[in-house]
Amino acid sequence: MRGGFAALATAMLRGFVRDRTALFFTILFPLMFLVVFGGIFKDPGTPRAKIAEIGQVALLDQAPPASISKVLDITKEPDRAKALEAVRKGDYAAAVEADGDRLVVHYSAADQVKAGIVQGILGSIVDEANRAGAPPKFTLSAEQVEDASLKPIQYLTPGLLAWAISMGGTFGAALTLVEWRRKKILRRIRLAPVSTFTVVSARVWISILIALAQTGIFVAVASIPFFGLRLSPTWWMTIPMVVCATLAFLSIGLVAGAFTKTGEAASAVANLIVLPMAFLSGAFFPLDNAPSWLKNVASVLPMRHAVLGIQDVMVKGLPWTSVLPEMGILLGFALVVGFLATRLFTWDDV
Amino acid sequence: MGPTIVVDEIRKHYKDVKAVDGVSFVVEEGEFFGILGPNGAGKTTTLEIVEGLRAADSGRVTVFGEQPWPRNQRLLPRIGVQLQASSFFERLTAREQLRTFAALYGVPAARADEMLDVVGLAEKAGTRCEKLSGGQMQRLSIACALVHNPDLVFLDEPTAALDPQARRNLWDLLRDINHRGRTVVLTTHYLDEAETLCDRVAIMDHGRILESGPPAALVRGLDSPTRISIEHGLLPEAAARELSGVERVTDDGVILTLLTREPAGVLAALAERNALRGLEVRGATLEDVFLELTGREYRA
Ligand SMILES: Nc1ncnc2c1ncn2[C@@H]1O[C@H](COP(=O)(O)OP(=O)(O)OP(=O)(O)O)[C@@H](O)[C@H]1O
Ligand SMILES: [Mg+2]
Repeated sequence: MRGGFAALATAMLRGFVRDRTALFFTILFPLMFLVVFGGIFKDPGTPRAKIAEIGQVALLDQAPPASISKVLDITKEPDRAKALEAVRKGDYAAAVEADGDRLVVHYSAADQVKAGIVQGILGSIVDEANRAGAPPKFTLSAEQVEDASLKPIQYLTPGLLAWAISMGGTFGAALTLVEWRRKKILRRIRLAPVSTFTVVSARVWISILIALAQTGIFVAVASIPFFGLRLSPTWWMTIPMVVCATLAFLSIGLVAGAFTKTGEAASAVANLIVLPMAFLSGAFFPLDNAPSWLKNVASVLPMRHAVLGIQDVMVKGLPWTSVLPEMGILLGFALVVGFLATRLFTWDDV
Repeated sequence: MGPTIVVDEIRKHYKDVKAVDGVSFVVEEGEFFGILGPNGAGKTTTLEIVEGLRAADSGRVTVFGEQPWPRNQRLLPRIGVQLQASSFFERLTAREQLRTFAALYGVPAARADEMLDVVGLAEKAGTRCEKLSGGQMQRLSIACALVHNPDLVFLDEPTAALDPQARRNLWDLLRDINHRGRTVVLTTHYLDEAETLCDRVAIMDHGRILESGPPAALVRGLDSPTRISIEHGLLPEAAARELSGVERVTDDGVILTLLTREPAGVLAALAERNALRGLEVRGATLEDVFLELTGREYRA
């Protein structure tokens, strides 16, 4: 019945917007993370690595100075021992010397990140030089380092948004179900001529609505110049992505709500699922450097696919078709777990 | 068309508790039927089985000729239920609450607002359900049960939390509904309520129906003595016992009570002795019926 659906959806929405705690945890709390993380990691710039050039390194001297100085701060250091000591102390990210045709990089394990960057840059210089030393390519790779797509806000927004949606979806569904059952309202609804399908779809629509509101607020806040999020041309695909992710998280919440008896238990179970999943899925930091077993574990988690999918279209600008597999996985997950939820569903707790 | 409700030998056991233990009754269309009994008698369980909220372990139930369990969508629009524990959508106002229920039954919002007025909650329309008093919640819950004008109404202790005024108003409302041809089934602890409202009552205890019939017939069938009470001190207990026709005398230090089947003679004798101060004469009530049936005082 149409009237029943609208009435239930309205009742749920009113219940949600009048619940300060729910509002805080679904909207404000994730937003606080965005503001804090976005502020901390705000525009660190490209880390210009200081390196020491021991003696004459022809390769460095030949490379176009403008592009090299963008990423490397090269100091000539004639004394080899002194240069190595300085690297050990952390004054330089690395020391470079030429050994015939070999380029030798000395680095310290103390700052592996910088060392890694230097190795990467030098590696590309060597590659370019090997390819007849055509400089334009090298310029290109330096540009990429500077590209906005690597700015923290660009991966923070999709990740934190996925986490926010998972909180809204999982907690919303679990708590509605448990509280409604505990307060006997579910029993009362059962006596009214509405189908289970209507009750569930009202909850689904409200969750989607909340998720889209979260998306809107997140993007709006991240886009203010202070944070400087830049949306890709295919950002609109974020909307169907978010819808699919919401359905997946909702199904988790429905299962959690089906077998827990109190609101506290439902929150605890939802937390137990959502928080580890968020960490493993790279919602808070990228998994690029994570060990491969972790990435394998992550790939079975719906949030991983939500994070990747939203990243792809919101900031990376991949073609919209590229997230169809992600959407498929999320929908499949929602379908399977949602089916499980209908099996576990009870109107009554007695 | 057959009777509105037919209940045949239903049983519901919870481990060693026999909540409902072989209950049968029939409610005809347009009847006002009451289930009476102390706490834990099995009233709510019986009602919930008939409403289709619970499955009976055994036995048969039909409502309008259909089985209420499993959830029967054909029955739901025709029945209105007020559950013993009020249940509301969280954080909605009284008006929103009632409108939501109205919409679930496809009833316009105007009817919901009208119903709010009928149960005397018009001025509480904008108050959140959680902030209503117990009696106000109960009235709202009754309004939710009646909003779609159902053919059959189930009320589980509808007057439990109501003040005397609200109780009278509800009685009037229920009588009115009943007079318009609706069938009403209610449970109550209050014997007077059952006596004034119900066409027929079933007295229940320990999961069984002990007796059922029109209240007046139950009382009449009892042939129980009339109680005559006067102030203490007007007549010594021993003297009272001497009066002809008196079966039993009790004196609690405030009131002297005489039980008799010949009230006229006893009253005359009391008048002769000028011992009528504080006089009260009471015939048998459902309370006596209960006492007779269970051998226990009625503990509501
Ligand atoms: N879900 C349940 N699990 C176990 N026992 C139950 C359950 N529901 C009811 N009972 C038991 O069944 C018996 C009848 O309960 P019921 O609620 O039907 O009584 P009632 O007549 O409505 O009482 P009251 O006047 O207090 O409302 C009680 O002893 C109760 O403890
Ligand atoms: Mg009861």
